[in-house]
Amino acid sequence: MKISMTVNGKQYEHDVEPRLLLVHYIRDVLQLTGTHVGCDTSQCGACTVIMDGAAVKACTILAVQADAAQIETIEGLATNGELHPIQRGFWEEHGLQCGFCTPGMIMTTVDLLKNNPAPSEEEIRKGIEGNLCRCTGYQNIVKAIQYAAREMSGTRA
Amino acid sequence: MYPAKFDYVAPSSLDEALRLLSESGGEAKLIAGGHSLLPMMKLRLAQPATLIDIRKIPGLNEIRVDAGGLTIGALVTQAQIASSPEVARALPMLSEAAEKVGDLQVRNKGTIGGSLAHSDPAGDLPAVFLAADGEVIARGASGERTIRATDFFVDILTTALEENEILTQIRFPALAPRTGTAYAKFDHPASHYALTGVAAAVTVGDGGSIHQARVAVTGVGVKAYRAEGVEQALTGRGGDALQAAAERAADGVDCNDDIHASAEYRAHLARVFTRRALATALERAQA
Repeated sequence: MKISMTVNGKQYEHDVEPRLLLVHYIRDVLQLTGTHVGCDTSQCGACTVIMDGAAVKACTILAVQADAAQIETIEGLATNGELHPIQRGFWEEHGLQCGFCTPGMIMTTVDLLKNNPAPSEEEIRKGIEGNLCRCTGYQNIVKAIQYAAREMSGTRA
Repeated sequence: MYPAKFDYVAPSSLDEALRLLSESGGEAKLIAGGHSLLPMMKLRLAQPATLIDIRKIPGLNEIRVDAGGLTIGALVTQAQIASSPEVARALPMLSEAAEKVGDLQVRNKGTIGGSLAHSDPAGDLPAVFLAADGEVIARGASGERTIRATDFFVDILTTALEENEILTQIRFPALAPRTGTAYAKFDHPASHYALTGVAAAVTVGDGGSIHQARVAVTGVGVKAYRAEGVEQALTGRGGDALQAAAERAADGVDCNDDIHASAEYRAHLARVFTRRALATALERAQA
């Protein structure tokens, strides 16, 4: 069936099978492969994108359910070649090792900081509980998010 | 993982959805957030011929509080419930439970109507629905009916909803004066499903003793249940009765036994978390 949606500010229109998952639409049809498929069971959060302003797991949403939606993926964060403050936080604080979970972690952080610009460490850990890092790098991921929160609120580290 | 093939429709009215549902001859499933249904479809545990997406139906997305209590539309998400100051004031255990469902992303999609209609043995909101003595409004071809919480959950993944009915609203009666509520949960660290979740509503009388207690447990049996033995052991008693009453939390229940927790361990968790939920609820009732 015909769907159209805006992804990273760009309008797309495709004819898709109803059973196509949003994450496969993003990766295989739009060729935006920054959004990852990890567990494929809505637990690990590697497939997290922003849909109409809220972080969601794209492995558990049908592409047809995202008809007319506004989607943001990791590819849409940097502007004019300059990293988004959350991306910079992960860079500066060594918030990744293998990097597989990173796009999902970052997109969840977008939602987290939008609703809570100055989260405590506990609130950060609760906020990213739907994102699993198998390099066990949570310590630095928390620091990366704290860095981003400071940057985005204008108080430099 | 791909689900088996299906047709997808997204009606814009309740009447149209009801018509599609009855025309499907039992081969259609309703979908909203999809966070219970799609995982089952990916595992081919469910293979509906048609998905009827009800998210475009107007009027099912509101939270309302009045003198009679709290009314929540079936499409309201767990995230909306968790962040609603009205819900936090009217029914604290519902806020607490919604905030503990899954994770941020899951709460952004999952709906209260879906959580109740799916009746997952480890769902959080069924326990609150039971402890609040709530009711749902179900619309069918021949009109509306009300189903009380105590009649709603039938078996694992099975409710009293008829095949051609749509759950439209959930109602929670206003709490009696001097009532405290709480939800206590022990969750699986990856899925965040409840290994045990206990919702408690405690009303204290003039003398400070417990006038009425309602306790509901999820994650332990095939469906969420009212722990009536616990409730009876508390009526007319004081806080010193909590410990002994909570011991009855899994009495007569055939506890789930799986790779996550043995039946014996689940029964233990039910007792411990019943005590904790009751202690918090009682403290709030007395505050």
